[in-house]
Amino acid sequence: MELSVSDLAVARGGLRVLEGLSFRLAAGRALILRGPNGVGKTTLLRTLAGLQPPLVGQVSLPPEAIAYAAHADGLKAVLTVAENLEFWAAIHGTDRVGRALEEMNLVALRNRLAANLSAGQKRRLGLARLLVTGREMWLLDEPTVSLDAASVALFGGVVRAHLAAGGAALIATHIDLGLAEAEVLELGPYRAKSPAAGGARGDFDEVFG
Amino acid sequence: MGALLSRDLRLAMRAGGGFGLGLAFFLLLAVLVPLGVGPEGGTLGRIAPGILWVGALLACLLSLDRIFALDFEDGSLDLLATSPMPLEAVVAVKALAHWMVTGVPLTLVAPVLGVLLNLPVEGYGWLVLSLALGTPALSVIGAFGAALVVGVKRGGLLLSLLVLPLYVPTLIFGAEVVKRGAAGLEVAVPLLLLAGITLAAGALLPFAAAAAIRINLR
Repeated sequence: MELSVSDLAVARGGLRVLEGLSFRLAAGRALILRGPNGVGKTTLLRTLAGLQPPLVGQVSLPPEAIAYAAHADGLKAVLTVAENLEFWAAIHGTDRVGRALEEMNLVALRNRLAANLSAGQKRRLGLARLLVTGREMWLLDEPTVSLDAASVALFGGVVRAHLAAGGAALIATHIDLGLAEAEVLELGPYRAKSPAAGGARGDFDEVFG
Repeated sequence: MGALLSRDLRLAMRAGGGFGLGLAFFLLLAVLVPLGVGPEGGTLGRIAPGILWVGALLACLLSLDRIFALDFEDGSLDLLATSPMPLEAVVAVKALAHWMVTGVPLTLVAPVLGVLLNLPVEGYGWLVLSLALGTPALSVIGAFGAALVVGVKRGGLLLSLLVLPLYVPTLIFGAEVVKRGAAGLEVAVPLLLLAGITLAAGALLPFAAAAAIRINLR
């Protein structure tokens, strides 16, 4: 399993935000997406997850390899921690609930309603869902939001174990997850030129840059 | 698929799930209409089939926007769209869950409310049969409408406007079955048309709804 992206352009709300993007991500590797707010990190991840089509370019990645984690965790407040995970395990046809609870340090909370979790605990539950999907390519959008330092370290360890088991991760984050082996992809240089600068790419930079 | 169905049923039953909403509305309507119309003559018995069908339809409409809106808001819909389950199956299962928590209870309670509305004795069997045949169509058509407005903030009004015209044939044939049945006439034609609507909606609309969701998730 390898993710390969060539000459990709993506749009948000009909506006082209990123273009000319090419990279590869092999099994066992992690890639950190960096860039200022609004550069298109979420749009890129949604495109790779298959939720929206790319404007141009190729994405080669089997859709059944993707586990996508967005800002929203997809939790049901009136279900317990274990019920939430069991649902996603059943949808994905796996039985890794117990292990996921252990790895994300949620065992003590397993019978608590998701409504009664703190923001950080909800986030941990949302990330535990990645483990029950049993999928290889993790697409993570700001996974560490509202996690404390200990939980960030815990999650860093989970990602490292996932990589060691042959998985891969594409992570949009501003926080250091402690993944020494991860490469960083700076999205700033791929920002699409504004239409006002004339459809011709790069004119604006040539004149004013 | 079973997992999604049991989750949706569980969510509907637990606090804030809106399980009793449609049922309570149906009950209120059937209690209030006789008070408004009055007891004289056979008026009440004559309009009972129409009132019961209109009530069931509006009760169904009340909970439609919950089918996808809640899953959209908490991000589950994105995750379901990337899961191994085809979106068409997600729509079909969610419509089925909606029918089980609205259509089935409405069908079961309708004969009791028929008594309140002075429905002629011959009509009861046809009332239950027509609701059992017709309410699945209401849920599937409603799921299609809900898929069209998913992502629209407070899309309830838009949803009602979109769905009501699509409900009209179901209403006409459903009420016609009960009217004819109560009057002791032949019911085969409206009954077959009602079943046809349900089958066609169930066969086609999950695909249309899944396409609408894919566009709305972009």
